[in-house]
Amino acid sequence: MIQKLRDRLPAMGWLQPVLGALALVAVWAFVNLVEMVDPVLLPSPKQSWAAFVEGMTEGTLGHDFLRTIIRTMSAFAVATVIAVPMGVALGSSSRLYRSVEFLIDFFRSTPASAMFPLFLVFFGIGEEAKIAVAAFGAALIILFNTAYGVMNARQLRQLAAQVMGASRARILWDVTVWESLPQTFIGLRSGVSMALVIVIVAEMFIGSTDGLGKRIIDAQMIFNMPDMYASIFAAGALGYLMNLLFTLLETRFVHWGGK
Amino acid sequence: MSPDDSALRLVSAGNPAEAGDHADTGDHAERFRWFAPGTHITIRGLTKTFGDTVLYEDFDLDLPRGKVVSIFGPNGCGKSTLINMISGIMDYDAGTILFDGKTARETKIGYVFQNYREAGFPWLRAIDNIRYPLKFLRLTKAEQDARIEKLLASFNVSIDLNRYPYELSGGQQQLVSIMRALVIDPEVLFLDEPFSALDYEMTLFLRDKLQAVLTEMQVTSLLVSHDLDEAVELADEVLLLTRKPTSVAARIPFDAPRPRNAETTVTPEFIDVKTRSLEIFQREVRKP
Ligand SMILES: Nc1ncnc2c1ncn2[C@@H]1O[C@H](COP(=O)(O)OP(=O)(O)OP(=O)(O)O)[C@@H](O)[C@H]1O
Ligand SMILES: [Mg+2]
Repeated sequence: MIQKLRDRLPAMGWLQPVLGALALVAVWAFVNLVEMVDPVLLPSPKQSWAAFVEGMTEGTLGHDFLRTIIRTMSAFAVATVIAVPMGVALGSSSRLYRSVEFLIDFFRSTPASAMFPLFLVFFGIGEEAKIAVAAFGAALIILFNTAYGVMNARQLRQLAAQVMGASRARILWDVTVWESLPQTFIGLRSGVSMALVIVIVAEMFIGSTDGLGKRIIDAQMIFNMPDMYASIFAAGALGYLMNLLFTLLETRFVHWGGK
Repeated sequence: MSPDDSALRLVSAGNPAEAGDHADTGDHAERFRWFAPGTHITIRGLTKTFGDTVLYEDFDLDLPRGKVVSIFGPNGCGKSTLINMISGIMDYDAGTILFDGKTARETKIGYVFQNYREAGFPWLRAIDNIRYPLKFLRLTKAEQDARIEKLLASFNVSIDLNRYPYELSGGQQQLVSIMRALVIDPEVLFLDEPFSALDYEMTLFLRDKLQAVLTEMQVTSLLVSHDLDEAVELADEVLLLTRKPTSVAARIPFDAPRPRNAETTVTPEFIDVKTRSLEIFQREVRKP
């Protein structure tokens, strides 16, 4: 019997990545079944999944999901448009970088949630505040990584271009920016995750009427636990998919990375 | 531009006050005003220090037009530093380096680095790597294509140039680097240990290719090599350097007919040049 299983295991290689997830669901179902935790606090996986499917199809979960995506992507787009060119500029002048290094490090270490009140003062409690604060958090990460990539670009390719007669601007554009791309992508990937985190928290606490953050906190307040788990799952899936998307983009645009 | 013009330019390009000083001291003035016909690159009073170590001090050198000069010397004596300063990718503390009176910036230069992996542009296909330096020459698209055609014909290699550099073998990548350096029809070609990261078979193949193309193009070339056989086989002249502070230990001409091949390396002339080079090299290495 065990031998038989072992023979078949390689054929089920696709199963491996989901084994952990299956185990988690199994433990969850078991805990729920024997009522180790109050079922009101921890509904069964089936109930939660049903809430997820229902919310996505008939209910408003789909709407909240979309709102969060739009906010995250708006914040990310703003952050990218501002931070990438700034990062290239900072990275290409070590003097400029050194003069703002402390500022970047300081604000990078400041929890973005601590900035909420400040952004509320400037942007009011509408969409802008949420997007602005998320863009701020993401931009710092993108800026830092882009500048770092440009600064640490290997010398040799730049010298090769220089000896061919390329001007400094040309070298920056044709060589250094490309050379920094792998690091920039790390920044973009971390940046979009950061934007999502901040958007969800902002939706919870900066007067919001929709979005996953708002939905999670509402469900928690009325003890609608299946819906809360469904919303948490939606947020997790969103983060995971965005990460996956960026990994795909990265292998496509930085095809030489690590080679 | 006649040699006399370049000599004048050589004086004017230097620090005027310094040139004035030299004028007072007779033979210095001579040194600044004259170089032999057929000279392409003139180096005068070159000085380079790294921290406390003086690598070059008041270093003079004339390099002939259209010839291949192999640079050979002890480890760390400053071979790479020298060709980097000449090619204009490294600053120096004092001195003048001119190509027929022009600066490096005004001269078409090809440079083949030892580390082909870090010198090629991995975001461009091999063919676009080769084509890249042409964009600094103000050529029409048709002229560019003609250049590429001609280059590919003279190398006559069977690499799929639509691949990215990292998809090619080391030897193929270095071949692409060599083609990238030569596509502009450079006035001067620099090669810093171009084959030392390659296996022996590939080295022999590339050496032959390079030699054939250089013979055809007659481009002034400076080759740094750790392999004395290679240095001599490719050279019209072997330039031996001392340990630092670096100066010229000897210059040994080698004018065996081209194309040269394995048979060249067993001729008495080859063995003689190699033996003399080795003697001087060993003398330099043993010096305290
Ligand atoms: N950027 C630098 N900073 C400090 N010292 C340097 C630097 N570049 C080179 N040197 C020193 O200058 C000397 C000459 O270096 P260089 O690389 O030109 O020698 P080389 O003759 O090409 O050596 P090799 O045979 O190893 O290729 C060495 O002693 C090296 O340590
Ligand atoms: Mg060297």
